Amino acid sequence: MKELSLNVLDITQNSITAGAKHIEISLIENEEGILTLSIADDGCGMSQETVRRVIDPFYTTRTTRKVGMGIPLLKLAAEQAGGEVKIVSKTVEDDPDGHGTVISATFDTGSIDFTPVGDMVSTMCTIIQGHPEVDYLFVHKTASFDVSLDTAELRAVLGEDVPLSDFAVIGWISDYLQQQYQNENQ
Amino acid sequence: MKAMSIAELTALRDKMKDRVAMREGSGQIRVVVGMATCGIAAGARPVLSAFVEKVGEAGLGDRVIVSQTGCIGICQYEPVVEIFEDGKEKVTYVKMDAAKAAEVVEKHLKGGVVVDAYTIGQNK
Ligand SMILES: Nc1ncnc2c1ncn2[C@@H]1O[C@H](COP(=O)(O)OP(=O)(O)O)[C@@H](O)[C@H]1O
Ligand SMILES: [Mg+2]
Repeated sequence: MKELSLNVLDITQNSITAGAKHIEISLIENEEGILTLSIADDGCGMSQETVRRVIDPFYTTRTTRKVGMGIPLLKLAAEQAGGEVKIVSKTVEDDPDGHGTVISATFDTGSIDFTPVGDMVSTMCTIIQGHPEVDYLFVHKTASFDVSLDTAELRAVLGEDVPLSDFAVIGWISDYLQQQYQNENQ
Repeated sequence: MKAMSIAELTALRDKMKDRVAMREGSGQIRVVVGMATCGIAAGARPVLSAFVEKVGEAGLGDRVIVSQTGCIGICQYEPVVEIFEDGKEKVTYVKMDAAKAAEVVEKHLKGGVVVDAYTIGQNK
């Protein structure tokens, strides 16, 4: 992927496919320039065997299933920038009340092979436009900005009649995030 | 959230409430953008953004639904966009980008004329 924000878009689709109702997306860069990306959901989760299979496309089991490329691509991006990917997941059987998945990835932003984060505003707007029924908490923090969005707050303002995916609402969200990135940069 | 932005959002809601009732109805067009890993890697995000922005700007929001789907199954042609309209054959646009999407909104969605140059039939 050309931008990490594209990986974020792709990985978040997994959470939606897993039936998540609430997804937290955070990108936090510390003073040492280490970026930690985390996508946490309350979806159906994965078994430990599935976690192993998705993280290593060459790990095969007797039941050969079609393997995806989304997680391997994120892993590649992290590892080439001196970081790693971790997945912690609980299925409904593991924990009926606390099931879900947290996928986290670290990157050394100083590495020459670090893929730039790119356009997180477009990624968030695309995610919300595609699945407005899910609640998203988005946080992006670095030394120069602290951007956040909580769709539950927007829903409280909009009420039931106006979906988050409405063209005008998506436009507002885009401006709202863009403003936060710009204000804090000055 | 910032107070000013909230006020803007509230105003937006009030404006839209009146419009909601008109939304159902015939003659709807559905634009579907493939957003699986293959689509995203090939550039589907700016295509989707362009459709959302241009359909909104053209005031076609009541007639056109823009939605996302997984892999359409023709990865070598991504970004792929399918257009469904009642009583008409499905149109499949391939190897799309934001500029082509804007053109499709203008000519096809607004003007009713399929942009043949971007269809799968012309790109085999
Ligand atoms: N958040 C998640 N919750 C549940 N299952 C997941 C999650 N993320 C990934 N998976 C499982 O891992 C598989 C591989 O994911 P991925 O590498 O993105 O490829 P793909 O989405 O194309 O299958 C998914 O098909 C799904 O079974
Ligand atoms: Mg995936």
